Parts: sequence; C-alpha cells; structure tokens
Amino acid sequence: DIDDVGHKYHLELVLEDILDKDSTVNCTAEVLYHLGNKNIAPDVQFTIEGELKNTDEADNTFYNRIKSLEKELVAENIPDSHGNVSPEMEPIRLLAWVASGYVIWQNSTENTKFQLAQIKHVKQVKRSDEYLEFDYMILLHEMVSQEIFPWQMTVLWHPQHGVQVTQDSRQPKHALE
Amino acid sequence: TSNMKLILIFSALFGASLCLETFVGHQVLRIKTRNEEEVNKLQLLESLEHLQLDFWINPSTPTLPVDVRIPSNSVQAVKAFLESHGIEYSILIEDLQVVLDKEKEDMACSQQRDRSSDSFNYGTYHTLDSIYAELDHLASEYSHIVSKLQIGESYEKRPLYVLKFSTGGSNRPAIWIDAGIHSREWVTQATAIWIAKKIASDYGESPSITSLLNKMDIFLLTVSNPDGYVFTHTTNRMWRKTRSKNQGSPCVGVDPNRNWDAGFGGPGASGNPCSDSYRGPSANSEVEVKSVVNFIKNHGNIQAFLTLHSYSQLLMYPYGYKCTEPADYAELDALGRAAASSIQSLYGTTFTVGSICTTIYQASGGSIDWSYDYGIKYSFAFELRDTGRYGFLLPASQIIPTAEETWLGLKKIMEHVRDNPY
Repeated sequence: DIDDVGHKYHLELVLEDILDKDSTVNCTAEVLYHLGNKNIAPDVQFTIEGELKNTDEADNTFYNRIKSLEKELVAENIPDSHGNVSPEMEPIRLLAWVASGYVIWQNSTENTKFQLAQIKHVKQVKRSDEYLEFDYMILLHEMVSQEIFPWQMTVLWHPQHGVQVTQDSRQPKHALE
Repeated sequence: TSNMKLILIFSALFGASLCLETFVGHQVLRIKTRNEEEVNKLQLLESLEHLQLDFWINPSTPTLPVDVRIPSNSVQAVKAFLESHGIEYSILIEDLQVVLDKEKEDMACSQQRDRSSDSFNYGTYHTLDSIYAELDHLASEYSHIVSKLQIGESYEKRPLYVLKFSTGGSNRPAIWIDAGIHSREWVTQATAIWIAKKIASDYGESPSITSLLNKMDIFLLTVSNPDGYVFTHTTNRMWRKTRSKNQGSPCVGVDPNRNWDAGFGGPGASGNPCSDSYRGPSANSEVEVKSVVNFIKNHGNIQAFLTLHSYSQLLMYPYGYKCTEPADYAELDALGRAAASSIQSLYGTTFTVGSICTTIYQASGGSIDWSYDYGIKYSFAFELRDTGRYGFLLPASQIIPTAEETWLGLKKIMEHVRDNPY
C-alpha cells in the first residue's frame, strides 16, 4: 500500500516459451495500480534475466509470406468453435495475442483478469511502407465479471521493429444475441 | 437538399424490403469513413428503418470501420449513396445466404457422419441432439446399470436428462455430478458424456467402480443448460447463461450459477439482466436450477454434489458467497488436494485447490454453496482445462485427456464418499 498513490506489487515470475516448453527465463516485475483514476493503465517495470530466444527465421518467413500475398489476408473465428487453428493462421493468432496484451494492460485494474478468447475477424490492410498492418476484431474474456468484450484493434508489425497497436476501441455487444 | 432526394429514393424501395425470410443476395459491406461528416451520413442511413440495414459495427467515430448487412433490394441504392459521396467501402460478404448454406452443409455432413457411425466419437464436440442420442444408446447398451430419467424441462422446453447408474437397492446414498451449466464451457459436456461411458463400461472391470456402484448410485446430468448449449452452436459460441426472457429488458438469460438459494442477492452477482453474471429476479427463478433442486430434495439421500465448469484448472469447495471457511474445511481441503494430485498424476495438469471465495472471487448464488448448506457435505466445483491459452475454445484433441484426468479426480472423491458415509 502506498498512501495516496496506489498499490504496488512485486512479482517474481518465470516466462515460458509457448512454442518450446523447455525454454524458460526468469523475470522480476513491479506493478503499480493507481488509486482513484481507473482510466490510467498500471505502471509496469520489469527485468528479464537472460535472453529471449531468437525468432528471426520464423519472423522473416511469416513476413515474406504475407508481403507476397496477392489479395489481402482475411480470416475469421480463430480458433473456431472446436478450438482449431490452421497452421497458416497460427502466426496471425500469436500476433493478436501479443497485441491484445497491450490492450489488456491498458484496461486492467486490480479487479480484472482478461484473456484473449477469440479472434472474430482479421483483415490485412495493405501498406506502401515495410510494415504489415492488420485490423482485428477480438473477443476479450474478463474472468471476474465473466463478460465477453468485443474489441477492435489495429496492429502494425515488422520483424525488426516489433508490434504496435495504433488504435483500439471497445465495441458494443452485438444484438445478434 | 441532396439528403431529401436520397430519402425519396430510399422511400421508393420501401415495401420491397419488407418480409425478408432468407439472406439471398444480402451483402455485408465494410465502410471506411474518413471524417465526422461521413460518419454523420452513415448515421443518417442508419436512421432509415425501411432499408432494414443491420449494422454489425455501428457508425460512431471516423477511426472505425462500419460493417453493415444490406438486404438485396437495398444493395444498389446504398452503394450508389456511398459512391456519390465518395465514401470508400469493400464487400466483406458477396452473398450471405451462400455462406450460411455452406455452414449448414458442413454441419449436416458431420452430423450425418455421427448418425451413421456405430460408435460415438468421444473425442469431438457434439450437438445437443447427438449427445441426447448417445444417452439413449448408453441406457440401452448398459441397461443393467444405466437408466435415463427426465428431471424437468428447460425454459425453451427441452428435456433435462439425467443418467442414473445403479445396481439396485432402494434410494441408496448417491453421488450427483453435473456439467454444462454454463453453455460455452464445451469441454464439460464432452467430459460428462465420456464419464458416462466410462462408468458404464468400468462396472465389473474396475474394482473401485464396481464396489462403489454396489453400495451407491450415481446421477449424471450431462447438459444442465440445453437451451444455452444449442445457442452456442447456432448463434453465439460465447453464450453462458440460460435463454429465459427478462421482463422489461431486451437482454436474455440468467447466469444459472448465480441463481441458487445461497447468499442470493449478495456480492459477486449482477442485478443487471444484460450482465453475463445476472443473478435473475429471484433464487431458483430458472427452471434449469429449480429442476435440480427439486430432484435433490425429493431424493433425500445425495451424499456428494460435484459440478463441472471450465476453464482455469481449479478444484474448489464452498463458500463463494462469503469468505469464511466451511465447517468441514479441513476434510474438504485435504480431499481436494488428494483429488488434484490424482488429476496431476496422469498428464501433469495442475489444479489449484481452495474455496471459491479465496481461489477465484466472491460469487453469490452458486450451486455448491447451496448443496453444502443444504447438508451435502462433499460439494466440489471443478474448473477444467485450460488456463487461458484456448479458454472456452479448447481443441477437441484435448477432450479425452481432460476427461481421463478429471475422472481420476472425481473417482478419488467418490471413493472417499463411499468409505465415509454420514
């Protein structure tokens, strides 16, 4: 408890590579949730002890594949109702995961626990520069309230420059129900 | 003004666009707006009700695309409107009916496969009809120990079927297991039907199950919320609640696991019908809940109440509506840990053990709180795989491993119940 400021948490965690369970790296972090104004994202400071695996080859393969598509990539329901993800869509999914991490961070409080539930729709936006751009509609599952939040996010990616979420906004729950 | 002219054009189409029954020729467009002015034009379009436009993403700010389904007779006019105003759009779906027909075809094809095959594929997700057909199949193939009972009807009048596993006797002490109270948690209904098969086929083979069924009965409700389950197949894969209409609200459904008479109305449930954790107008308002309550009360000899949910990999005992320990805390915690240990022994899947309140969150109106306060000491709630990577959309390839490990945990608890009558 930090008077008049908020609640600070000191964390020691182990990061595990999703694609290689045996590859782990230790991490320490400090998270500060601000008192009062719930519209400010929590402050996060972290240190990674060691190095993350190099993924240049896979990154470049994916980058080149998308760059060389004649028609912009469009897909929906990843995973589908049965949990299936086609191999070609796996990187699209991983990208959404990373990007949704940013959205989740920006919208988290001590009383929320978000997970990416599904990509409802993704469309590639062709760019004249070197970046790849994807327009995602995702569903975020919030554990405490059990609500599902449709969320739009525009994601930029480049193998050397990393991921950027340039725009994101919560969507109305659709009356399809 | 040009707007007036446009209203006249669209009015001319009025009447032709009424009484739509199919989606033939309906197009879904994605419209890109560049400024507030364009957004306002789309909002004008939105207000013209006779066009019967169905906005999948409403016009709100220029930074967001606008997706809209347009009935076939309005398509040309809307496109003319957009083009004349220089508003960019692209066609997401050329003909919606084609998409819907393909989807129906795919589902019919796999349903056909299910029907014509002799054995039920436990390693895939099934429709309600398919699960119900398998209940009948099990009751017939293992008729010496399995029978099917109907304990009530859902809101939309679907039967609530329970399988009774019994070797005889009269009102023997029994174990209650249910799954699928939250319809989007598909691995639970899938696990339950696998467990049904397992119990039936293990009797006479496994010493543990044989001795258990020689003394006790098991009641298994594989689909607690059939209306919700059907809805997750037809309309919204993420639907959680029942499908009951809420008076005075456009929002449908009640969270059936906030509807039990245990701390009802307290913190941890919403009073808003539009919420996914809406408690309902009163305890037991949901027929799906009331039917189970009536069954348990009428039976009078239920010794354990076990309920399956997903996801998070947790094994929990009461309470959820308050954060104080239940009187049997020590025993329940020890038993929970033993069960979690059994689960882990198979594939290394770790479950966290604790009371609902201290493990996830305070939640009022939950089923195991009710069963415990009613006198059923061995009340546990499972949250099955995974921990969020796939969440509700657990790949079908994980159904059987999940069912196998969960079974070990359930068995551990059931053996303890068998050996500790009270």
